[in-house]
Amino acid sequence: MAVLLLAEVTDGALALDATAKAVTAAAALGDVTVLAAGASAAAAGAEAAKIAGVAKVLVAEDASLGHRLAEPTAALIVSLAGDYEHIVAPATTDAKNVLPRVAALLDVMVISDVTAVVDGSTFERPIYAGNAIQTVKSSDAKKVISFRTATFDAAGDGGSAAVETIGAAENPGLSEWIEDKVAASDRPELTSAGVVVSGGRGVGSEDDFKLIEGLADKLGAAVGASRAAVDSGYAPNDWQVGQTGKVVAPDLYIAIGISGAIQHLAGMKDSKVIVAINKDEEAPIFQVADFGLVADLFAAVPELTEKLG
Amino acid sequence: MKVLVPVKRVIDYNVKVRVKADGSGVDLANVKMSMNPFDEIAVEEAIRLKEAGKADEVVAVSIGVKQAQETLRTALAMGADRAILVVAAEDVHTDIEPLAVAKILAKVVEEEQPGIVLAGKQAIDNDMNATGQMLSALLGWSQGTFASELDIDGDTAKVTREVDGGLQTISVKMPAIVTVDLRLNEPRYASLPNIMKAKKKPMAEKTAADYGVDTTPRLEVVSTSEPAARAAGIMVGSVDELVEKLKEAGAV
Ligand SMILES: Cc1cc2nc3c(=O)[nH]c(=O)nc-3n(C[C@H](O)[C@H](O)[C@H](O)COP(=O)(O)OP(=O)(O)OC[C@H]3O[C@@H](n4cnc5c(N)ncnc54)[C@H](O)[C@@H]3O)c2cc1C
Ligand SMILES: Nc1ncnc2c1ncn2[C@@H]1O[C@H](COP(=O)(O)O)[C@@H](O)[C@H]1O
Repeated sequence: MAVLLLAEVTDGALALDATAKAVTAAAALGDVTVLAAGASAAAAGAEAAKIAGVAKVLVAEDASLGHRLAEPTAALIVSLAGDYEHIVAPATTDAKNVLPRVAALLDVMVISDVTAVVDGSTFERPIYAGNAIQTVKSSDAKKVISFRTATFDAAGDGGSAAVETIGAAENPGLSEWIEDKVAASDRPELTSAGVVVSGGRGVGSEDDFKLIEGLADKLGAAVGASRAAVDSGYAPNDWQVGQTGKVVAPDLYIAIGISGAIQHLAGMKDSKVIVAINKDEEAPIFQVADFGLVADLFAAVPELTEKLG
Repeated sequence: MKVLVPVKRVIDYNVKVRVKADGSGVDLANVKMSMNPFDEIAVEEAIRLKEAGKADEVVAVSIGVKQAQETLRTALAMGADRAILVVAAEDVHTDIEPLAVAKILAKVVEEEQPGIVLAGKQAIDNDMNATGQMLSALLGWSQGTFASELDIDGDTAKVTREVDGGLQTISVKMPAIVTVDLRLNEPRYASLPNIMKAKKKPMAEKTAADYGVDTTPRLEVVSTSEPAARAAGIMVGSVDELVEKLKEAGAV
């Protein structure tokens, strides 16, 4: 059976980690064809061709595909859908924008945030902020699926798939891109980092969030935040970890000044080792922590930063 | 312009969800239910559009069990003008899939002709994040998902979207489907007088069959289970002890 996998391509660049993780999940379903779409996508397609387990790469370059707008991207995928039983992508915001649209156009359900493939039509996915795991069996002829990247290992390199260039579908012309506001950072990407240091409302201000960033830099870590920290303006929105933010599962997650609401736990409780630093010994975050430290973060974090490394 | 706001009745976000012992689902009997938090934000945005003179009517619609009328009353108490209840299930444990919800909503849109549909980005029970996008596909309308800012100007709307890399701003043609994210606004509380007034606001009652939509699920729920529990951790007494434990565990 054939699988069409929408690669994560941003401004011409392949998000290798997310795409390679989805390849691992998709390989259980059949031969994987990767679709690299964008205003420029050839380089991304060439890179995707090297992911082990990729059988073929389709490159679609067109101005209308340049900013991952849902309507032209969905139209392109639907135009290709005839050849595939599974249409999949890593569960990024781009894919979550596009895939349900694709599914509805094909009159099938979308299966979001899949964490395990049982067989070609049966999948596991978390519901209720990860408080329950549901196994669902699809009766649709085509399955449209996003894979939660935090649960799959990235496929390695060494592939040499054939690359084919294809045209875009007709742009429905319903929306236009205006601008992206993306902060450049030297830190590792949150969803692929081996270590994540996150701060919550307890950090108290944008200025004091530098404490969190300092510890992260010492550890070569990505920086995360709770919703409260983002809402309060201490951290940008793309740092939010949780049910409605990013889902991470690093080797080490350090939660600082975060109480541990279920919506936050939903985004980090599958981390290998969890450390919690909180001044309230009753904070629920301690229930999931491997190592808990009851302390004032303003004393503990500088000390920890100094003593590590 | 009319604004249509689909609101879903879900388990309250503060309730600890319990999986039923027989693995058939989560226990929703005698559990506090509320409006999906994202939908409160959508209702709030719709009311603000009306207050700003950009909309003249706010219609809330909910699809599900009869009890969803409580959710609709909440929307009316916040300031929606009228409500439509589409009864599509009898058992509170039956969740109508986004595809079926979108098909019903498409029919409601045909009837009501709103200028914009403001939905939540995701329902916090099934965590699907799909209905708005599906509705938009069925109608052939533009979509602006995960909105943290919305600015309607004539026949286009500027939508700032919360995306993985940060923020993206797009312009969508009206009529549009916009799904709202957490930082779009802070929903108001309904005041007591408004709760009283809401009781008198009109609420139409329909069924899925009235719209000719088949709600048979495409995804059969085989089982529902508890997630794997984490092994109990330990408390450390000092930063030194923490560093030592992390080194022992090979974590740093
Ligand atoms: C629909 C919905 C979706 C949501 N999605 C998310 C999501 O994706 N991610 C998310 O994180 N949240 C999400 N939330 C919010 C969530 O419910 C909590 O409100 C939020 O996680 C709380 O953030 P916090 O732990 O930083 O703040 P608080 O709960 O206020 O906790 C702050 C903590 O800091 C500690 N503290 C204070 N000062 C110090 C100090 N000096 N030293 C040490 N500790 C200190 C306190 O003891 C406290 O435990 C969502 C909520 C809803 C309704
Ligand atoms: N049964 C329903 N009744 C009304 N609105 C719904 C229903 N299901 C989903 N929605 C709307 O669609 C949004 C996204 O839901 P979902 O796609 O299920 O995550 C919700 O926030 C609601 O605005």
